[in-house]
Amino acid sequence: MFRWLDHGKIERNLILLGVLTLITVSIGGLVQIIPLFAVETTIERVEGVRPYTPLELAGRNIYVREGCYVCHSQMVRPFRDELERYGHYSLAAESMYDRPFQWGSKRTGPDLARVGGRYSDDWHAEHLRNPRAVVPESVMPPYAFLDRPLDYTDIAEHLRAQRRLGVPYTDEMIANARADLEAQARPDADASGFQSRYASARQAAFDGDPGRITEMDALIAYLQMLGTLVQFRDVTPEQLRQQ
Amino acid sequence: MHIGGTAALAAGPQIASRTALRYVEGPIRAFAIATVFWGIVGFLMGVLIASQLAWPLLNLDLEWTTFGRLRPVHTSAVIFAFGGNALLGTSLYVVQRTCRARLFGGEDMGWFLFWGYQFFIVMAALGYVLGVTQGKEYAEPEWYVDLWLTVVWVTYLVAFGGTILKREEPHIYVANWFYLAFIVTIAMLHIGNNLALPVSLGHAKSYGAASGVQDAMIQWWYGHNAVGFFLTAGFLGMMYYFIPKQAERPVYSYRLSIVHFWSLIFLYIWAGPHHLHYTALPDWTQTLGMVFSVMLWMPSWGGMINGLMTLSGAWDKLRTDPALRFSVVAVGFYGMSTFEGPVMSIKAVNALSHYTDWTIGHVHSGAMGWVGFIIFGAMYYLVPKLWRKRGLWSRRLVEWHFWIATLGIVLYITAMWVSGIMQGLMWRAYDELGFLQYSFIETVAAMHPYYVIRMLGGVLYLTGALLMAYNLWRTATSEELAEGEEEARVPTHAPAPAPAFAAAAAN
Repeated sequence: MFRWLDHGKIERNLILLGVLTLITVSIGGLVQIIPLFAVETTIERVEGVRPYTPLELAGRNIYVREGCYVCHSQMVRPFRDELERYGHYSLAAESMYDRPFQWGSKRTGPDLARVGGRYSDDWHAEHLRNPRAVVPESVMPPYAFLDRPLDYTDIAEHLRAQRRLGVPYTDEMIANARADLEAQARPDADASGFQSRYASARQAAFDGDPGRITEMDALIAYLQMLGTLVQFRDVTPEQLRQQ
Repeated sequence: MHIGGTAALAAGPQIASRTALRYVEGPIRAFAIATVFWGIVGFLMGVLIASQLAWPLLNLDLEWTTFGRLRPVHTSAVIFAFGGNALLGTSLYVVQRTCRARLFGGEDMGWFLFWGYQFFIVMAALGYVLGVTQGKEYAEPEWYVDLWLTVVWVTYLVAFGGTILKREEPHIYVANWFYLAFIVTIAMLHIGNNLALPVSLGHAKSYGAASGVQDAMIQWWYGHNAVGFFLTAGFLGMMYYFIPKQAERPVYSYRLSIVHFWSLIFLYIWAGPHHLHYTALPDWTQTLGMVFSVMLWMPSWGGMINGLMTLSGAWDKLRTDPALRFSVVAVGFYGMSTFEGPVMSIKAVNALSHYTDWTIGHVHSGAMGWVGFIIFGAMYYLVPKLWRKRGLWSRRLVEWHFWIATLGIVLYITAMWVSGIMQGLMWRAYDELGFLQYSFIETVAAMHPYYVIRMLGGVLYLTGALLMAYNLWRTATSEELAEGEEEARVPTHAPAPAPAFAAAAAN
């Protein structure tokens, strides 16, 4: 038989009760979280994932600001129907630079992990301005207000803050952050430097108007790169193995 | 009721009785008012965003009123404002009485906690509407709001712990174990999940210390235990005080409370990964999350049994005391959602339920049925006590509240079960040629009727809360119900406690 009376010691001593409680509630989290940092294979060893371009990062911050994640996941699960609907299942490597992660928990709208390149820039701009003009049954709010100028005066500071947290932005990337942002939104700008810094980044007048850089530009630039960095033709099963 | 009127109303009753001299009560009256006020705000926001999903025109074409920005206003208003004010208020009430000690820090401490916490809520909500968010569910407030909450929370721990330290009872009553575990663990989770670097000191925006898969794990370690410790452990503390008081019976089993306390707080922390089944989180972590979630069923039901069996020999009160009925039905809903949760954490079930409205329904059976009802029960008990009244203004109105709210919950959760399971099945349906049968937008269109039913359920729940607000207002301001000088001196009789609880359960 247990000697329950022993509990009397704990429940007469606040410090003991508090410390034992703290120890008890710490164990699970430590076991589950620390190995994710320590075990290298948690992030798959695939090629192609790079930090966001300044314009994509600005777009991602708008995605976060508007709470898109409350209705759209960014995490394709390894099921047959999701493969057919969205594409290859999502890898940890694909969100390794995501602060915060935006995997989501609800699909009121479809998953967006691989939405990049699926629709034209024009479609996205129209759909964001007035979702029901393009998809009559949609319940998405309209985002026409995104056709306003993007404030990117402090974009270099954003890159610098990310680098302090470990994102591999180079000095050159930070120094050119504003120029790179502008170059990506103007299809006719000379952007050889931009292209060499950010592999496979696309230049376009994302919102249809090359004359000004808007929040719409940034958000569409972000949406159009989602899920496009890893070339799954070249990936071997060994690279995808996690532990 | 405007929040600005809080102080005036809270200061209302005469300091006539013996207990008022000993115990800090003004801030607790304010917490009770804030609980009702924020509850109504939260339910109203819920009805609004539920309506937006049924009729998207209600997003109003304004950036501040889109679903994406208002959804965190709804969740934070209900969890942190409604639930949080109830937890702070009742814990400060309970800890003073079960320790027979005045609140550590006195009135000033109470008022700092009250206004400090309201300031946190308002700052957070303003941020959401203006688009200032960390983009992590239930941890949306940005770094400066998080820092402020940390200050308030540590003060709360000092006030609560300090009161226990100067107690006149040898034992710390079981309700306080749960409140303490809630305060300590929420501090740990809040700090762990909100480690972030601001872009610059003058900048509202920050980037989190962890990214991608690690950020996901930390977020749901936090997120699930916001459920486990904010919405469960804290409210179990409420259950362990108010149900014995209302039923005038001792807690059913002392041993069961020990076993279920330690097993509950140990197991809950492991359950987070069940929010990340089949994601890029490594399989070993997912499996751990599933196994512990299933085990969690046992301590959860241990708590439910301890709460329900406290009614032994007093079941007849359910017929005559609608406030007690709220508390007991809350425990029933607790049992139901803590069974549903482990089922949904099984990977095979989760493959269907995840990303659908089933999850939303599950959360709401817990939030409306368990959290909401246990708060309503506690408020119906507390308000007459705090304002020195002989009873509630209208018992019939409590009956109406109970049945309207229950009907609202039933409409809500059945609509979400049907729409969630239907959507999950539609996503994976194939036609006879082997193609996906439905486009995504067809599954959205199919949700419409259920979104309307869900909204109606929310309207009923809100209506019930408005009845409660009116009833409590009339109770607090009623002259006829006021306790006389003599009555106030008579201590409210304590339940006949089991030996181990003898000291603690006394008034």
